[in-house]
Amino acid sequence: MSDITAGPVPTPTASRRAPISTTGPWAWARANLFSGWASTAVTLLLAYFIITWALGFIDWAFVNAIWSVPNNQTQACRDLKGVGACWAVITEKHRFILFGTYPYEEQWRPLLVCLLFIGLYIVSAMRRFWRAELGLIWIVTLAVIGVLMWGGVLSMSFVPQERWGGLPITLILSTFGIAFAFPLSILVALGRRSKMPAIKMICIVYVELIRGVPLISLLFMASVMFPLFLPDGMNIDKLLRAQVAIILFAAAYLAEVVRAGLQALPKGQYEAADAMGLSYWQKTGLIVLPQALRTVIPPLVNTFIGFFKDTSLVLIIGIFDLLTAGKTAIVEPAWQGFGVEVYIFIALIYFCFCFAMSRYSQSLEATLNNRRR
Amino acid sequence: MSATAEAHLASLARPDAPPAIVMDKVNKWFGSLHVLRDVTLNVGNGERVVICGPSGSGKSTLIRCINRLEQHQEGRIIVEGNELTDDLRSLDAIRREVGMVFQSFNLFPHLTILENCTLAPIWVRKTPKAEAEALAMSYLERVKIPEQAKKYPGQLSGGQQQRVAIARALCMQPKIMLFDEPTSALDPEMIKEVLDTMVGLADSGMTMVCVTHEMGFARQVADRVVFMDRGEIVESGTPTEMFETPKTDRLRLFLSQILRGH
Ligand SMILES: Nc1ncnc2c1ncn2[C@@H]1O[C@H](COP(=O)(O)OP(=O)(O)OP(=O)(O)O)[C@@H](O)[C@H]1O
Ligand SMILES: [Mg+2]
Repeated sequence: MSDITAGPVPTPTASRRAPISTTGPWAWARANLFSGWASTAVTLLLAYFIITWALGFIDWAFVNAIWSVPNNQTQACRDLKGVGACWAVITEKHRFILFGTYPYEEQWRPLLVCLLFIGLYIVSAMRRFWRAELGLIWIVTLAVIGVLMWGGVLSMSFVPQERWGGLPITLILSTFGIAFAFPLSILVALGRRSKMPAIKMICIVYVELIRGVPLISLLFMASVMFPLFLPDGMNIDKLLRAQVAIILFAAAYLAEVVRAGLQALPKGQYEAADAMGLSYWQKTGLIVLPQALRTVIPPLVNTFIGFFKDTSLVLIIGIFDLLTAGKTAIVEPAWQGFGVEVYIFIALIYFCFCFAMSRYSQSLEATLNNRRR
Repeated sequence: MSATAEAHLASLARPDAPPAIVMDKVNKWFGSLHVLRDVTLNVGNGERVVICGPSGSGKSTLIRCINRLEQHQEGRIIVEGNELTDDLRSLDAIRREVGMVFQSFNLFPHLTILENCTLAPIWVRKTPKAEAEALAMSYLERVKIPEQAKKYPGQLSGGQQQRVAIARALCMQPKIMLFDEPTSALDPEMIKEVLDTMVGLADSGMTMVCVTHEMGFARQVADRVVFMDRGEIVESGTPTEMFETPKTDRLRLFLSQILRGH
């Protein structure tokens, strides 16, 4: 390259026309959507389907929709015969779907609980709050959440756990589930790589046993079989039992994800830490985990998202989570037949949480990895 | 504890101190492979020993036994008066006195250069953070890269990374430094900067055990060259003796191969 001066001076090449633009929307469309007759045909066909479907949906969801009806008179909705959505069911039932059978006048409490959870997620997501104090914030917030849900103090009436329902249940199960399952999974993953045979064995048996069983059967065991083993008169809260089952289940899966991260770490990192005289826990906490967890952010978040939705399985043991509350809302004869609207509403709520998790994991991955190697 | 690189290095000259490393009839096997055979090697205080030998002869294994990254099965190893056993406390004591530099640098990619250097002093030696940082900066200056302190290892060249690795090991203020082929993973133009750093260190009186094929470096700084082949120490002596008048055929063959390679 740099030694052209050593050779004879090259004759200038004749100037040419600039090549046809390869950027901009038109060039992009020509290259990607209309590059040949087959591609053009597929593009047009798909465009036709997408547009027809979208127009139909807009008609149904917005143009022909009924947004409210006077005191449970759903005849107007039924007269639509499906050409328009009956959002009146949401207008009427949204508080039941969101908060279940929680006493109506007290529903500001579960609402506040949901907002506290969301606030907690946002604070935890911001890197500038990643300090020891964050643990304290969590403990305090979760305690406040417990007080709000149960009440019985500060002139709030007592609400037994059987009456809790809807979104708070989903958030409680998934937040506590992940908050406990994640540290547990790290211990199990480390245990599986331990040099001590007993610890290694216990961790392997735990992971393999739990992974070999569907979550539903674990929940059944927790709710039906577990009380049989308890002495008479002793009873552990049903929600707590389901929570424990979810934690154990999630931890087994997460442990395998974490283990993959541990295995991906080059041996030299362990050796360098050993050579410096770091203890096992210092090495693990300062060198191994920060790197191993970083590499497995995508599968970790994937598993988190899966468990957020899997909490809906508690419906089979009669716990009123968001999905169960939605199903129950349309049991009433007046509102039967409007399941689609309710499920769309619930799906949207789930989607918001899951999509937020997914986007957050992508940005986290980008910021944490942009300076590596 | 001395808080600057100079104070630490000046404290190293202890002519009447006992030998830094004593290895007595050390044997080691990997499965059925006998990788160290009756290795006996004493390294005096402030002595600089270069170990060379063909690939697979057990040089890395030998040097890694000194800080117990590998465990020997027979014989005794005594480092700075502490015998290497299964006792974890004596192991901690030894690792605090022995710094190691690897062929592949092994810097921690998620920490800055400065954090790489202060990690062990803060957590192992319990040095206060400000003091550890001052010490780290004085070593980074010694290896001539103080301006990179806030960067991450991935942003540095290979030669710079290896110099950071040397500074990182020195930050623990060790009495002994082990080097396992520190320049083998480097491009030729970066080898010199790392060797210069090591020569500087040798001049300050550090006890050094260095696996390397850099014969120029060996001639310049080594008090003794040890030639290993098939797990045994075949020959040892001053660089001049070893390179000018090799006694064994194996060393002669090895030297001719090295010279041809260069
Ligand atoms: N962890 C291990 N498990 C089994 N065998 C090993 C292990 N580490 C090294 N060996 C074997 O032990 C022998 C000596 O290895 P060692 O790494 O000490 O050689 P070396 O002299 O450092 O070679 P090189 O110049 O290639 O680095 C080799 O035959 C190698 O294959
Ligand atoms: Mg080697």
